[in-house]
Amino acid sequence: MFRSHVLICGGTGCTSSGSQALFTKLESELQAKGLENEIKIVQTGCFGLCALGPIMIVYPEGTFYSRVTAEDIPEIVEEHLLKGRIVERLVYNDAADDAKVEETIASLSETQFYKKQKRVALRNCGVINPEVIDEYIAMDGYFALAKVVKEMTPEDVINTILASGLRGRGGGGFPTGRKWQFARASVSDKKYVVCNADEGDPGAFMDRSVLEGDPHALLEAMAIAGYAIGADEGWVYVRAEYPIAVKRLNIAIEQAREMGLLGKNIFGTDFNFDIHIRLGAGAFVCGEETALLTSIEGNRGEPRPRPPFPAVKGLWGKPTIINNVETYANIPQIILNGADWFASMGTEKSKGTKVFALGGKIRNTGLVEVPMGTTLREIIEEIGGGIPNGKHFKAAQTGGPSGGCIPASLIDVPIDYDNLIEIGSMMGSGGLIVMDEDTCMVDLAKFFLEFTVDESCGKCAPCRIGTVRMLEILNKITDGNGEMEDLDKLEELANYVKSGSLCGLGQTAPNPILSTLRYFRDEYVAHIVDKKCPAGVCKKLLNYTIDPDKCKGCTLCARQCPAGAITGKVKEVHVIDPAKCVKCGACVEKCKFGAISRK
Amino acid sequence: MKSVEELLAIKAKMQDKIAVRKGSGETRIVVGMATCGIAAGARPVLNAFVDAISAAGLSDKITVTQTGCIGICQYEPVVEVFEKDKEKVTYVKMTPEKAAEVVEKHIKGGAVIAEYTIGAAKQ
Repeated sequence: MFRSHVLICGGTGCTSSGSQALFTKLESELQAKGLENEIKIVQTGCFGLCALGPIMIVYPEGTFYSRVTAEDIPEIVEEHLLKGRIVERLVYNDAADDAKVEETIASLSETQFYKKQKRVALRNCGVINPEVIDEYIAMDGYFALAKVVKEMTPEDVINTILASGLRGRGGGGFPTGRKWQFARASVSDKKYVVCNADEGDPGAFMDRSVLEGDPHALLEAMAIAGYAIGADEGWVYVRAEYPIAVKRLNIAIEQAREMGLLGKNIFGTDFNFDIHIRLGAGAFVCGEETALLTSIEGNRGEPRPRPPFPAVKGLWGKPTIINNVETYANIPQIILNGADWFASMGTEKSKGTKVFALGGKIRNTGLVEVPMGTTLREIIEEIGGGIPNGKHFKAAQTGGPSGGCIPASLIDVPIDYDNLIEIGSMMGSGGLIVMDEDTCMVDLAKFFLEFTVDESCGKCAPCRIGTVRMLEILNKITDGNGEMEDLDKLEELANYVKSGSLCGLGQTAPNPILSTLRYFRDEYVAHIVDKKCPAGVCKKLLNYTIDPDKCKGCTLCARQCPAGAITGKVKEVHVIDPAKCVKCGACVEKCKFGAISRK
Repeated sequence: MKSVEELLAIKAKMQDKIAVRKGSGETRIVVGMATCGIAAGARPVLNAFVDAISAAGLSDKITVTQTGCIGICQYEPVVEVFEKDKEKVTYVKMTPEKAAEVVEKHIKGGAVIAEYTIGAAKQ
C-alpha cells in the first residue's frame, strides 16, 4: 500500500520541458532513501497548465509543483516525501501579480486555473496513468460500454446522445446523435466508426491530450458508437507527429483486446468490435472528413463532394460515422450520467463543455475545459491569468486558420457555436489565441493565409488559386503598396473562395481576412493610406529614428547595428540611415535612454 | 470480459489504490514527520496507519498524510486526527501497534483512546 502518489505529467508539453528526467531521478532518489515501497510514481497525461511544466503533483496533499527540474528532486524527496514539509519555492504561484508571492497555492484544485473549469472530456487527464487499463476502470471506465451492450438498444443509445444535445467538437458543430441516426438508418452489410484524430489547427492540442491522457475513453466511446450504428470495426486516424499519443493508443488497444473489451462477444453478448490505427502524414486537409477517409483507404488525401455524406457512403463506400476525439471523450460520461446531466451544462443550443487550447499573449498557456457559454473574459482574465507584461487585450482568434477574431468589444459574449458564427468566427476545434496591442491584424490574417496556401490540396480552383491571390493582395498591403480598392477586391475574392470551394478548408480559409476586415478595417486603411503599421509589426512600413534630445552619443546602437546604418561620434547625436536600415530592432533593445523610436 | 461483475471486481480492487489521489477524505490522520518525529520512529507509524486504513477498506474516506514539526518534540511520534465537526485529537509517543489500535477503536469504533492522547501524557 502506497502512502503517497507522485503524479508526473507525461504529456507532450511536459515531456519536452524535461519530465522524463524527473521520472528517472525520482525513481533513483526514492530507492536511495528506501521509499520505493511507500511512494508510488505515476506518469499521467496532460494537466493542462503546459506553460508551467514540468508539472508534479503530490497526493494525498494535492500539492502542485510547477517548473520542477531534476535538481529539485532530492529536496522534494527529503523535505516533502520524507518530512512532510512542502517545498514552498516550487509551489505554483497563482497570483496574477508576481509581487504577491505569499499567495502561493498548495493544492491544485484551489487554483484560479482549475476552479472555474468543468472537466468532462479531460476528466481523467492528469489523474490516471493512461498506460494502465485498471486505473481507467477504477474511474468507472468501460461501465458505459457494459451498460450499453447489456441494457440498451441501439435506438436507446442514439436517443440518449440526441437528447444530450452533444454537437461535434471538431469544428462544424453538427449534432452527434443525428449523425449516428443517419448511419444507423443506412442499410449495409458493413459499417465503420472512424475517429478523426488529425488535429491540424495550429495551436490546438486537446485531442492529443485526450489520446495521451485517457486513450481508453476514446476506445470505449468508439465501441459504443459501433453498437449504436451497427458497426464492428473502428479506425483511428491520428497524425504521426503525435508519437506519445500513438504509443499510448496502441498500448490501450492491446490491453482492451486482452481483457476482451475489444474483440468478439463483448460482455458475453453477440456484439463484436475492434479498432485499428492509421497514421496520417500531417496534411491539414486530411482533417476534412472525406479527405481523411480517402487517406485511410490508402489514397492521396483529397476531399470529394458531399453528398453522399459518409453516413451513407463513407470508408470503402460503406456507411461510416466520423467524430473527433473530444466528441468521443464525452460519450461514456453521457451514457453513465444521463442526457439530462449533460444538457444541464452549457447554453440553449450548445450543451456540455468545450476544451480550449489557450495560447498567444496569455499567462497560463495550456488546456482549459469550461461549460459552453463561458465568456471570453472569464477564460482570459480568470482562468488564463490575464495578459502578461501589463499589455492590453486586443482580440482573440478562435478556430485557427478557419476561424476569425473576436475584438475586445465582444469580450463578454458567451462563447458557444452559434454566437461565434454570428460574430464572424467559429468554434473550430477550440484553438484560442490571445493577442495584445503588439499584434498587427493584417499580419495575423497573412499568417493564417500563408498556412492555408501551404495546406490547400489543390484539387479545386477557388481554393488553390483564390488563396494565393488573396495572399498576394495582403503582401501588397503590408509592403506599403496597397490601394484602397484592394480592400474591395479582397472582400469580393474572399466571398468567392468561401462559396466556391469544394471542402471546409477552402470554404473557411477567407474567414481570418473577413473578420479582421470587419473589426479592424482601420488597420488595413492605416497600412494603405498612411503607410503605417499601427502595431509596429510590418517591417517595410516601419521607420527607426533617433530622438536628438534623448541621444547621449554613447555609441551602443551603432556598435550593435548589423547593417552599419547608424553613424555618429562619441557624445554626439547619432543618426540612422533609412536606406541602409534593415529594421531588425537591435538598436532599440540596446539603447539605454529610450531615444530610438519605431513608427 | 464476459460480465459486469468482472469489471466491478477490477474497480473494487483498484479503488483504494487510487483513493489517495482524490485527497478528499472526511477524516485526516496527520503524522508529524520532522527530523524529531522520524528519529523517534514516525515512519513505521505512518506506514502502519496507511496499511491499517487500507485493510479496513477506508481509503476513500480517510486521508493519511504527514506534516512537519508540531513543536512538542519530546512527545514524538505525534499523530493528530482531524474529524469533521469534531475536536482534533492528538496522540503522542505512537508506535505501529498503537496505530493499529487507534484505527480499530477510534477511527472505526468512534472511541478516542484517552490514554494515548497528549492530555494523558502531560499528567
